[in-house]
Amino acid sequence: MGNIPDLRVSLGRIHLRNPVLVASGTFGYGEEYKDFVDPGELGGIITKAVTLKPRKGNPPPRLAETPAGLLNSIGLENPGVEMFLKEKLPHLKRLKTKIIVNIAGEKKTEYLYLAEKLGKRGGIDALEVNISCPNVEKRGLIFGTSADLAFSLVKGLKQATDLPLIVKLTPNVTDITEIAQAAEEAGAEALSLINTISGMAIDVNTRRPKLGAITGGLSGPAIRPVAVRMVRQTFQKVNLPLIGIGGIMSAEDALEFILAGATAVAVGTANFVDPAVSLRIVEGLRQYLRKMRIDYFHHLIGDLRI
Amino acid sequence: MYQVKARVLSNEKVGEAHYRMKLEVSQIAKDARPGQFVHIRCSSDHDPLLRRPFSIHKCAQGRIDILYQVVGGGTRILSKKRRGDQLDLLGPLGKGFEVEPAFSKIFIVSGGIGVAPLYMVAQEITRLGQGKEVTALLGAKNKELILGKDDWESLGLRVMIATEDGSEGYQGLVSALFERLILSQTSLSLAVYSCGPVPMLRKIAELSSHGGFFCQVSLEQRMGCGLGACLGCVIRGTSGYLRVCKEGPVFDAQEILWDDPDLEIR
Repeated sequence: MGNIPDLRVSLGRIHLRNPVLVASGTFGYGEEYKDFVDPGELGGIITKAVTLKPRKGNPPPRLAETPAGLLNSIGLENPGVEMFLKEKLPHLKRLKTKIIVNIAGEKKTEYLYLAEKLGKRGGIDALEVNISCPNVEKRGLIFGTSADLAFSLVKGLKQATDLPLIVKLTPNVTDITEIAQAAEEAGAEALSLINTISGMAIDVNTRRPKLGAITGGLSGPAIRPVAVRMVRQTFQKVNLPLIGIGGIMSAEDALEFILAGATAVAVGTANFVDPAVSLRIVEGLRQYLRKMRIDYFHHLIGDLRI
Repeated sequence: MYQVKARVLSNEKVGEAHYRMKLEVSQIAKDARPGQFVHIRCSSDHDPLLRRPFSIHKCAQGRIDILYQVVGGGTRILSKKRRGDQLDLLGPLGKGFEVEPAFSKIFIVSGGIGVAPLYMVAQEITRLGQGKEVTALLGAKNKELILGKDDWESLGLRVMIATEDGSEGYQGLVSALFERLILSQTSLSLAVYSCGPVPMLRKIAELSSHGGFFCQVSLEQRMGCGLGACLGCVIRGTSGYLRVCKEGPVFDAQEILWDDPDLEIR
């Protein structure tokens, strides 16, 4: 019983030593933060998105700061799945933490191929499916904005791999719970929410957009209340474990998501501000449990007093 | 790479919006190479949210100096820091300048606040020894903005000044002074190190390419993590996008696509 307070949580078949993950796109493939974070102290790492072919990403500038927020338009720059398997996975496999690989594609066939390919390799604990990309087949529709497309994609992926599937939802929809329910029916293991909120910023002196890609995705503390609300709504509608994401800078912020119904959290933009923040959040959660005299972290999940 | 709480030793105004900050950072000072940078959290709340990168200007005995110009919210907050305040620093980060013993003739060309990363490369060259002809060309709008001229002169190299208003030295752009000095020179053992506004660097790179000189420049871009993870600070290079925080901030001039209008920071 030396493990009290017990921080362990489970996302379906994925068992985490603690509920703190690092969000896709903010932690590279695990190598960049090695001087600051021992991944063995984290619940897991969600990798930068991997696509079928290499992607060079969007033109600069790719970042613009907004009040308590960050707009980015990186454009899924990544070396492609072949290079990922050859150069990134061997290092990731050696880390003593859960490895969740984020996959993205423009067509359903790309996702299926990626899932099949990655599923055959050992050392990957789960896939996080980024369904916020434009669907070229359906002319600009986005998988994550249509319950039917999301259902069909997840159903297909379920057949393509035995790896647990975590579906990452976009907030840029009228009702996120519809997409969440579709993913649940199709067999998702867990849901991640939220991805960035679509946004734009303009330099009035030059009259130019601040991002090279004109629009981008907003992250950081500015979006946290939106994310907490969406986690709460989704928690009320689905029975899947949720990973809460959106502007988490501290253990207190993480706890908001947990009380709203998330089983785990992923820390994103905060990694840019403080590379060791994820470890500080783990420690902060432990202290909170001790202070509140709670032995098991999972007792807090959805424990909102209304 | 370290994350440290650094104590501010001093923060002195040295020009109209220019400051020199001395920071106590023993580990970073020990490891820092010319051209590398530190990533500073200017505010502990969320405005501004991100860190700000600053070239290491000087480094000695457990401390570093940064030289900076107030251009926005982050640097404005920094300019208010006083002796004894603490700042969260990451560093030393990025790839610095390469100095080869084979270079016999060296030009260091700075424009405005671009002088910041070049002082350490000048020190390194002087350390490497005798028989080198080293010229530092320091350019600014006016003589008040030529920062640290005495420091440069104490290194024992030839220092030439260019001011746009002619208040000291050559009247005109420092790139024009450089052009006059290297006129008709072609030498593979000639090296150029430069930092300053993009139009100036573009000119220096073009002249160096014509002359066949080894030329390295320090560039900037809006930056996220500073560690190579977020891919936010890229610029266009001849081989694709390059991360300023990782492949840079010092680049070989020939790696850069100089005709990209977006090289100039928005």
